[in-house]
Amino acid sequence: MTDARYDRAPGDISISAEAERRTLSDVGIYTIGLAAAVILTATSFWVANTSLLWSPGIPLGLVVLAIAQMGVHLVFFLHITTGPDNTNNVLALAFGVLIVFLVVVGSLWIMTNLNDNMMPPPELMNLHMQH
Amino acid sequence: MNIAVAIDDVSHEAVPSASEAGPAPKRIVVAYGFWIFLLSDIVMFSALFAAYAVLVRGTAGGPTGAQLFNQASVAIETACLLVSSYTCGMMSLAVNARRRVNTYFFAVITFVLGAAFLYLEVREFADMIARGATPQRSAFLSAFFTLVGCHGLHVTAGLIWLAVMLAQVAVRGFRASVQRRLLCFALFWHALDIIWVWLFTVVYLMGVRP
Repeated sequence: MTDARYDRAPGDISISAEAERRTLSDVGIYTIGLAAAVILTATSFWVANTSLLWSPGIPLGLVVLAIAQMGVHLVFFLHITTGPDNTNNVLALAFGVLIVFLVVVGSLWIMTNLNDNMMPPPELMNLHMQH
Repeated sequence: MNIAVAIDDVSHEAVPSASEAGPAPKRIVVAYGFWIFLLSDIVMFSALFAAYAVLVRGTAGGPTGAQLFNQASVAIETACLLVSSYTCGMMSLAVNARRRVNTYFFAVITFVLGAAFLYLEVREFADMIARGATPQRSAFLSAFFTLVGCHGLHVTAGLIWLAVMLAQVAVRGFRASVQRRLLCFALFWHALDIIWVWLFTVVYLMGVRP
């Protein structure tokens, strides 16, 4: 119990007092994570190649599957929990996710806009001038 | 029984909060610092992902992703990295239990799977370059080689790190400093797998769609 007042190191699986109370073994946690990740990966590959699904929705579906698998990795492999000893780890992660979101979505948004507003190629411009 | 619980509650409340408990053990400080580094590394990858997503249509008349990517090879690479992440977790458990033989066993499996991933990726790159799809060919290929190559470099660094850690376990045993480094290595390896999840989703699975 003496360790409980400190934060938990990211990636550390458990404090001994907690491990005694848990029904699932440490190996079991990793194995569940592996099984879930395999199912999600297989689903991703199937979704990308199938013709059964509505094709414009497939990219969105793939992103959702990737987010789910990222969650599986964080919980079962990196042992990020919602416990009070994990607050610092979660806050750092949340900040990282915010920056990643801003960089990716911001770049795509701006570049799409620029592409839409780009001047037409010179041949087309000349065509406009002649009229 | 009730009395025991009551005593336990009292002792629990008597524990001072984190801010009053003094500096945290070095293991927590080191792992947290490495966590921050990993997040900044992921931010760097997000910039490469953004560049790739912006440039993916800029093929300049050259080959597109649908013509270049081989999904079977990517599926095997994904399996290698995912299973190596699992065996890396098994290695962490062996390190925590201070079981030397198990640590070596799972570390060697992790290393072999990581090396297999790298071999497949290098073969894929060599095949693409042999077909004229070099990084100079188009903006799409520049972004592709930067993004996937950067992940490959990280995996290479991880393999070297793992080999060094094996030597340290052999020479120094499970010292506190060696255990901290092994914890950081496990964090690094799992983070690489998270990046690969986004790589195969964004580059290989979305890239082959028309």
